[in-house]
Amino acid sequence: MEPIYSIIELVVKNLVVVMVLMGLVAYTTLLERKLLGRIQVRFGPNRVGPFGLLQPIADGIKSFFKEDIIPDEADKTLYVIAPGICLFTALSMFAVIPFGDTVTILGRNIKMVVADIDMGVLYVLALATLGEYGVVLGGWASGSKYGVLGSLRAAAQMISYETALGLAVIGTIILAGSLRLSDIVAAQQVSGWFILKYPFGFIFYIIAGLAEINRTPFDMPESESELACGFNIEYSSMKFATFMIAEYAHMFVVAGVATTLFLGGWSGPYLPGPIWFLIKVFILIFFFIWERGTFPRLRYDHIMKFGWKVLLPLTLLNVVVTALLVALGVIK
Amino acid sequence: MIIIPLLKGLALTVSRLFTKPITIQYPEKKYKVPARWRGIHFFRKNDAGETTCVACGLCVNVCPNACITLEIGERADGTRYPLKYEIDAWRCIYCGFCQDACPVNAIRLGENYEQAYYRKEDLCLDTKKLLSMNEEKA
Repeated sequence: MEPIYSIIELVVKNLVVVMVLMGLVAYTTLLERKLLGRIQVRFGPNRVGPFGLLQPIADGIKSFFKEDIIPDEADKTLYVIAPGICLFTALSMFAVIPFGDTVTILGRNIKMVVADIDMGVLYVLALATLGEYGVVLGGWASGSKYGVLGSLRAAAQMISYETALGLAVIGTIILAGSLRLSDIVAAQQVSGWFILKYPFGFIFYIIAGLAEINRTPFDMPESESELACGFNIEYSSMKFATFMIAEYAHMFVVAGVATTLFLGGWSGPYLPGPIWFLIKVFILIFFFIWERGTFPRLRYDHIMKFGWKVLLPLTLLNVVVTALLVALGVIK
Repeated sequence: MIIIPLLKGLALTVSRLFTKPITIQYPEKKYKVPARWRGIHFFRKNDAGETTCVACGLCVNVCPNACITLEIGERADGTRYPLKYEIDAWRCIYCGFCQDACPVNAIRLGENYEQAYYRKEDLCLDTKKLLSMNEEKA
């Protein structure tokens, strides 16, 4: 009977995580529009439902009923699955992020993480890289030169920041001595949050993460105002919306991984684990929205220059210094 | 350093979160236009509810876009009235010259700025429409 229970447990955990995540993603779009509105001294959406609370549902319905155009030149299969790849990678990254302690339900000890694998950090980084396939395939399969150019540009940017992202998290692995995300959380419960020991790593991680998920000030892949979109130029209706949902889901992943690696994960006093996890994630998401309302967009060559000439050497230096300090026993 | 201006910008935008939005919730609350605002045209009425226009044709002459059509009618007592008076508000640039030129203050530019129509022809204002605009304004 034990294997059956394990499978049921896994399916239920999967469903819960995906459902909650999709709901949160939908309402994060509303939160973003509201906060950006307030930053610009206006209300943001407040027409649909009380305080505009039904706006995400209205947006979803609208996306479904819009005309779905597939270009004649497009590679139809790849064109259709490309947004799915983006969404799939974003959602599956959440599998390894622990959002709570072990709970006992019906005599079973259930870990509040879908898959507590040994190489969680590597898994996250690998799937973050896989997300680029969605972008590149989407641009290429559109059968449009603009789409291809846009996807190559997006891929170049994402890969540039991927390296910095990987280097930024190495310090936490050194400090925790494990690649398993639940071990990293446990290590922080013993010795304090890693943001205190490894602050530059956190800053670099946030910068590289923002570029990785294509958010302002690094949102060159779809700079609406000057380039009329990049890789997703030929996409319409729900397929376009799927790219957007994937982007917001990615935002949750970046915030969730930052919470786990640097902010002590789900640990915190009084409140249950998942609540603390969500509070920390939403503080980071608030910051993402806040800086989107503040910073101007970088020029593309500036982005590449910053990524390769500034961020990469700094993260590398940070790793070396952290490793030395740990080896010399200055920080534990 | 580049960091300080970035932090200053963040401080500014976060301070905006605590200010009151200046948005006017449009269909519920209407914007009060300034006194010299030139909205869509209307005819002033006389006591009998008819236009005070005497069909002198000055507005037709002064209109820079030539969007006013006027056909002159004459009553039995010799007074003139507009047999057909049309303003193509689609072409009108709302300069207000017709209002300035009118010797009897018949044609005015009102405060009505809600000029969204489904068809272009709806913005072709004849005498009847111009008179009804007047009612709307009051």
